[in-house]
Amino acid sequence: MTGFQPGNPGRSGLDRLRGRALPKNHDARTISALAANPGCARRALLDAAGVDKQAVAAHVGYAAPFGQSQFAIARGNAFEAQVKEGGGAQLLTLLREHIDLDVSEVGYADLNDIGGNEQRELRHRHTVHVLTGADQPGRTLLDHPLLRLRVGGRPAYLEPDLIALRLDGTIHVIEIKSFAVIDGQADGSKVAAAAIQSAVYVRALRDLMAEAGADPTAVSHRTVLVAPKDFSSQPTATSLDVRKQLGVLDRQLSRIASIEDLLARYPRTLTFDLDPDDKDRPRRPKAELTAAIKQVTANYAPECLATCELCFLCREEAAGTTGALGKPVREDLGGIEYTAAALSLARGQLPTPERAEIAAQLLRAAQLREQVLGEEV
Amino acid sequence: MTLLTALARVEAAAVGRAQRIRTVRHVHLSDRPLVLIPLQLAGEACAPLAAMVGDDPDKPRLLTVYEPRDRGKRFEFVADLAEVILAHLDGYIPANPAPGDAENGGSGGGASAGQVDPFPDAPQLIVPNPNAARYLRLLGRSARFRRVDGEYPVRPTVPLLGRWLTHYAERAEVPGSALMLPMTTALAEHWATGQSDLEDANLGALLGWIEPPPGQTGQQAARAAEDPLRCPPAGPATDPTFDNEVLQGRMQAIRDAATSGDAAAAHRAQAAMDAAVRDQLMPTWGLMWRGYALLAALPEAAHVAEHWSWDTRSFTDQVEWQRAGGAPQARRDNAVSAARRLASLERTAQRVAIHRAYDDPLVMAEYRLTGDAFAGTVIEADPTRQDTSGKKAKLRPWITVETSDEVLVEPDGPGLRSPARPAQEAAVIAVTAAAGRTRVLLELEKGMGRSLTPSPGSVPAVGEEVTYTTLKDEFQPSPGFPSREQTPWTHGGPPREYVPADDDAWESS
Repeated sequence: MTGFQPGNPGRSGLDRLRGRALPKNHDARTISALAANPGCARRALLDAAGVDKQAVAAHVGYAAPFGQSQFAIARGNAFEAQVKEGGGAQLLTLLREHIDLDVSEVGYADLNDIGGNEQRELRHRHTVHVLTGADQPGRTLLDHPLLRLRVGGRPAYLEPDLIALRLDGTIHVIEIKSFAVIDGQADGSKVAAAAIQSAVYVRALRDLMAEAGADPTAVSHRTVLVAPKDFSSQPTATSLDVRKQLGVLDRQLSRIASIEDLLARYPRTLTFDLDPDDKDRPRRPKAELTAAIKQVTANYAPECLATCELCFLCREEAAGTTGALGKPVREDLGGIEYTAAALSLARGQLPTPERAEIAAQLLRAAQLREQVLGEEV
Repeated sequence: MTLLTALARVEAAAVGRAQRIRTVRHVHLSDRPLVLIPLQLAGEACAPLAAMVGDDPDKPRLLTVYEPRDRGKRFEFVADLAEVILAHLDGYIPANPAPGDAENGGSGGGASAGQVDPFPDAPQLIVPNPNAARYLRLLGRSARFRRVDGEYPVRPTVPLLGRWLTHYAERAEVPGSALMLPMTTALAEHWATGQSDLEDANLGALLGWIEPPPGQTGQQAARAAEDPLRCPPAGPATDPTFDNEVLQGRMQAIRDAATSGDAAAAHRAQAAMDAAVRDQLMPTWGLMWRGYALLAALPEAAHVAEHWSWDTRSFTDQVEWQRAGGAPQARRDNAVSAARRLASLERTAQRVAIHRAYDDPLVMAEYRLTGDAFAGTVIEADPTRQDTSGKKAKLRPWITVETSDEVLVEPDGPGLRSPARPAQEAAVIAVTAAAGRTRVLLELEKGMGRSLTPSPGSVPAVGEEVTYTTLKDEFQPSPGFPSREQTPWTHGGPPREYVPADDDAWESS
């Protein structure tokens, strides 16, 4: 069990925020999403506390549209199963080319489940043992090892698809994705997401090595992305250098580590508890929960619509700001925060001295629009 | 984004309705475009699920793949789609090889050919959004190398459609091209909404801002359009909830019926899937034609015909290439053709931007705001002024333009042009301030006829409203590129002649 850890001052505060709900377990996807909007205190706090943002957003009437098609899930699972089939036969051929995996040492360890016991802590200890134990035979591929990463003082358990061990002791993370690489090119945003997820695993592996007294630098920053080639389900491998992503991730993790400082700014009564009844239906008054959320400042940008479950609530709240129209609009308007302020200046309101320049431009822009459109209509 | 557009967005948000950012339509619209809305199966690289296609708003044609994961069924679908699209394309291809050979007069943006006169018109494809265009490019890529013989034969129309989809998708990257027009891009180019450009990618939301239903603000209409139950996504990705709660069951029923061999049940199951998919597509079909009507209501910009002539040129060249037995487009460009294509895209982008400013005072206003153009009234004109400093007297009229715009041009600076008389050059002689306004003295050259008296109307008269700008639409020669054979070693040396290989078509299922 994860349990409370005495002596960690942030924990009780974060648990209070979450209320009675079980902490939402982080995975590589949610951890990499932490880096998406680092300036958002609301997201940082709710994520660090493991609050189920989906449930909270739905209860206050802003359910976010983050569903995944079963077709996509099925395709992903089928491809992964195919790649790993027969001790990863297809995969080994690819890895030989990409990370000089020594074939004479092939040993496949399935860490999915040990003797039917799926308990996470046990699986994690087994992974540590296989990776660092002296009595281990030459393993080459570890299937679904269980890693642990501390996020906001709480352990998050992570399951990379595969880890490859080279004869010289170097460890590589292998990420299996089902998006296609067509004529050597793949969707850039998907590759970027895969790279940061791999970086999360690299970080967790390095922590594991360090804790076990082994050499963390044995974990390579070169990870391998395995994806279907062209329109087939034949796998192809690409080497990714995730040093940059590791930097971003480390910064974000250290920010969350100092989450107590952030937490200290809010009253001790602050909680996002849903007050569920015995059938798990939330009873907390919506207005009260909304008010609690709004106590913590958000940093809404339209990009949140693709990454955060609270996006619809924050968007509503951000109505009237230029930032809600997108960062380029805000920049073009010289950083003016509210649309009403921009409009007043465009209509000739006298500006404060620091806004004189943008005010003159706005006034001129409004005159030009009126001149041209007035002629037109 | 520019300040004028940013201001228009702010205005739109304040009044609850999208604001015009163009006074004229800058894209070509065919009288009879082929509207195509593709849907794709989630999780697959390029498995088609369905398409709604047609050139008549009242007669959408629905094509469905009942088992998208079966490669055979996928290419049957592509063949069905080919039937519709190729029939539409055929309507634009003259039956015989074009008559007017050999005049060497290819005047448009066509690169190599130019032996054949361009066809009078080209078929236009309108798709909902850029993702649909990207998806059709992939579909074209997966189809154009397919073989009509061998292990997994397809109908001959499949590779042909593949080549056409590839051609259309490549044109979609060219600035000013309207051969394959994504509707959201075209609408967002002409209207600024009170939401972000990311939200504008939703066709329903975008139209909600441009034309909200009576009694609703643009924002209310856009929010309603974001509900996938009320307004299913315009594709190519489907709503995951629809996949899980409807599609999965319908596809399973088709599989069950096939296993049991019950023909009536199979027919019912297919009809049920058709109905479900049609419900997803019909709202977008309606939106597409609404968007078309909105764009069609705008007057066409002056340079649109020229830009469209580049498209008809490209269409003609592709037909000629296919008639001559040319190979399908290679999987990847070689170094020289990639560099040439990039340079051409850059030059085209520049020219199109200038054309749009010339055609549209609201675009020109952007340049007036930054000091690259000014508009004003001619207050003095000496249309017969001559420059007698040389051996021979030359006609060099002077005019003085008074403007309230900020003027950043200077004497001895770059020459100016006026959209009203693009062939005429104007040199700045003097810039003086006059009671809060600016007077610019200009010396004119060219575009006035050959004699020492300017032809009527060739010199702006006193009282005329004029615009002068540093923007010039001038022919820029293509930078020199080596021939394929001389591809430098830094770029891999001369590439091998591209021959489609069996491997290109290879796919395992």
